[in-house]
Amino acid sequence: MGLESRFGDNILTTVADKFINWGRKNSLWPLTFGTACCGIELMSTIALRYDIARFGAEVLRFSPRQADLLVVAGRIVIKMGPVLKKIYDQMLEPKWVLALGACATSGGLFNTYGVIQGIDQFVPVDVYVPGCPPRPEDILNGLLKLQKKIERDTVLYRER
Amino acid sequence: MDSVEGNQALAKLKATYPDSILEAKEFRGDITVTIKKENLLSILQFLRDDEELKFNHLASISGIDYLKMEDVEGRLAVVYHLYSLKNNRRLAIKTFITGDSLEIDSVYSLWKTANWQEREIYDLFGITFKGHPALKRIFLPEDFEGHPLRKDYPLEGRGERSRFDYEEE
Repeated sequence: MGLESRFGDNILTTVADKFINWGRKNSLWPLTFGTACCGIELMSTIALRYDIARFGAEVLRFSPRQADLLVVAGRIVIKMGPVLKKIYDQMLEPKWVLALGACATSGGLFNTYGVIQGIDQFVPVDVYVPGCPPRPEDILNGLLKLQKKIERDTVLYRER
Repeated sequence: MDSVEGNQALAKLKATYPDSILEAKEFRGDITVTIKKENLLSILQFLRDDEELKFNHLASISGIDYLKMEDVEGRLAVVYHLYSLKNNRRLAIKTFITGDSLEIDSVYSLWKTANWQEREIYDLFGITFKGHPALKRIFLPEDFEGHPLRKDYPLEGRGERSRFDYEEE
């Protein structure tokens, strides 16, 4: 960009929190837990037209051990609940959860015996994205909201 | 378009099993025959193997709960949708589950495709299929209690959707 040439062989100083959070928020590796139509919108968000790579979250990992953002896209039924919990437990810290769409957030229109009425009852959710299903712009907005949240985080040890 | 009077399969069925046929209805060209459940296997085998009719494809099996439905005497029913690839004809066979045992003969011996469909009906309606090779739940968790597609099961469940005693790793 030409900016480096002005600094030459110098050293930049910054705050550890800011530097680490800057790296974290711009390189989120999502694990896509797509169980319904929200998963289709998520695929569209990842693909060319909306291009989630513009926000640094294009490296999809289908192993929880390599991901730091769990995107729950769709309704979670009682049989899937333990699976989701296990996948969340397998992810390494730091990790974040995005509840995508009405169903993951609250059960949506499926007010029935089998659908869990909101995944936040057993998994901590950082950002909720409303919509049924949400448009790709909404998903990107949710990602930006999460980036804002990561900015405010600190690397110092803190009681969770 | 078939009518009840002009349907070849129905006429043949009536001639062969005069005592087993309770009712025959036509709706928009499709015939539904209600039969006694005792003769289910032999009637379905007859429809499958008859040289003229050849209903060789079991398109679907459904369970129905007629709880508190007017004009219907029985409660649980099973419907078999047959299709003849040879004649391009369809026929639905309905049978009510009477008695306390909620049992009916499995048609797995006639069509292998009945295996999972009968498991589904067992899972959601609690109808037992005699002679099924492995009758266990197919959708719901194995420790699930009750049969939620019955009309007297509460829509929002009995609290199973808010039980989160998952094992900690």
